[in-house]
Amino acid sequence: MTQAPAVAPPGYTRTAVALHWTVAAIIVCAFSLGLVVSDLPFSPQKVKLVAYHKWLGITVLGLAALRVIWRLSHRPPPLPPMPPWQTFAARLSHALMYTLIVTIPLAGWTFSSASGYPVVYLGLWQLPDLVPKNKLLAASLIDIHATLAWLLFYLLLLHVAAALKHHFFDRDDTLRRMLRWRGAAREGTP
Amino acid sequence: MTGRRLPRLGAAVLLLAALDGLAADAKVSAARSTLSAVFTQMNVPVEAPFKQFSGSVDFDPTRPAQARAHLDIDTASFDLGDEDYNSEVRKPAWLDTAHYPRAGFEATGLKPLGGNRYEASGTLKLKGKDQNLTATVTVGKDGAATVFDGSVPISRGHFGIGDAQWQDTVADQVTVKFHIVVPPPR
Repeated sequence: MTQAPAVAPPGYTRTAVALHWTVAAIIVCAFSLGLVVSDLPFSPQKVKLVAYHKWLGITVLGLAALRVIWRLSHRPPPLPPMPPWQTFAARLSHALMYTLIVTIPLAGWTFSSASGYPVVYLGLWQLPDLVPKNKLLAASLIDIHATLAWLLFYLLLLHVAAALKHHFFDRDDTLRRMLRWRGAAREGTP
Repeated sequence: MTGRRLPRLGAAVLLLAALDGLAADAKVSAARSTLSAVFTQMNVPVEAPFKQFSGSVDFDPTRPAQARAHLDIDTASFDLGDEDYNSEVRKPAWLDTAHYPRAGFEATGLKPLGGNRYEASGTLKLKGKDQNLTATVTVGKDGAATVFDGSVPISRGHFGIGDAQWQDTVADQVTVKFHIVVPPPR
């Protein structure tokens, strides 16, 4: 590669960018709400907030499924030049985050089933129970749900730190291409 | 003439008495039966069992109108699967289990609806209030035992069960579900 191409550098599709930021925003809400309700004393308010938390989580699960499908059917742009260990770390953390945004809501949903309090999405649609009611299973599932959520929280910090490092120190395209809305639209039309 | 009839009559009376004895007041098997209430919070149906109850059923399929059933329920045995919920629901605003430790149901007479379905009517006594209820009951067999299945919706408000601050979280209608297993009396 001697000369930068005349067309915009390959970027993410608009769909990928929209999904990335939407899921990110909902995860931040769901995580904060999860933290709040886990400390709240039993009250009608808590029951309501738990319901909202579940709705957000199921929304994440649906969008995460879409993201996985989109990612598998649309090759993401290549990573900007960086040391191999960074490429490896990026791939590993991305794979882990994809796994977590699917497994955390699933663990929460399974916990709901095991505790006998099914998920009724938006108060309208009752989701099927993934496991029968089981108190012991519920107790371990809520721990797994919380542990995985904290793991995602630390990965997210790392993810944000890496993006900012690339942007401000390496001054490469890593963050910008996830912010580029109009440029991304040209991707796919060579 | 009468002399010859009397022994026959006597035998018939004895037979009826014996049949009656068979049918009368068979104990409900608590271990095999379930009694639960399905309430709805934030549109989420939650089924919770009453873990302690006893009762008896007197049911002869040939005389359904004479059927009688009675259940005696320990209100504090209502288990929502979560200690926070359980201590809330025992409070005076809800079941008030300290003042009303027992709830009862008395059914008198089953009306055949065809097949193995019957209409049962009876009185539910809960938190010091009575309500006449009518439920469709399916009568079946589980081995030698007779099984009565059904459900009936009740209103929390009617029995004064519920705290105002939960009004928009927990629905007024609660469905009582029963699966009553009555082994043949020994």
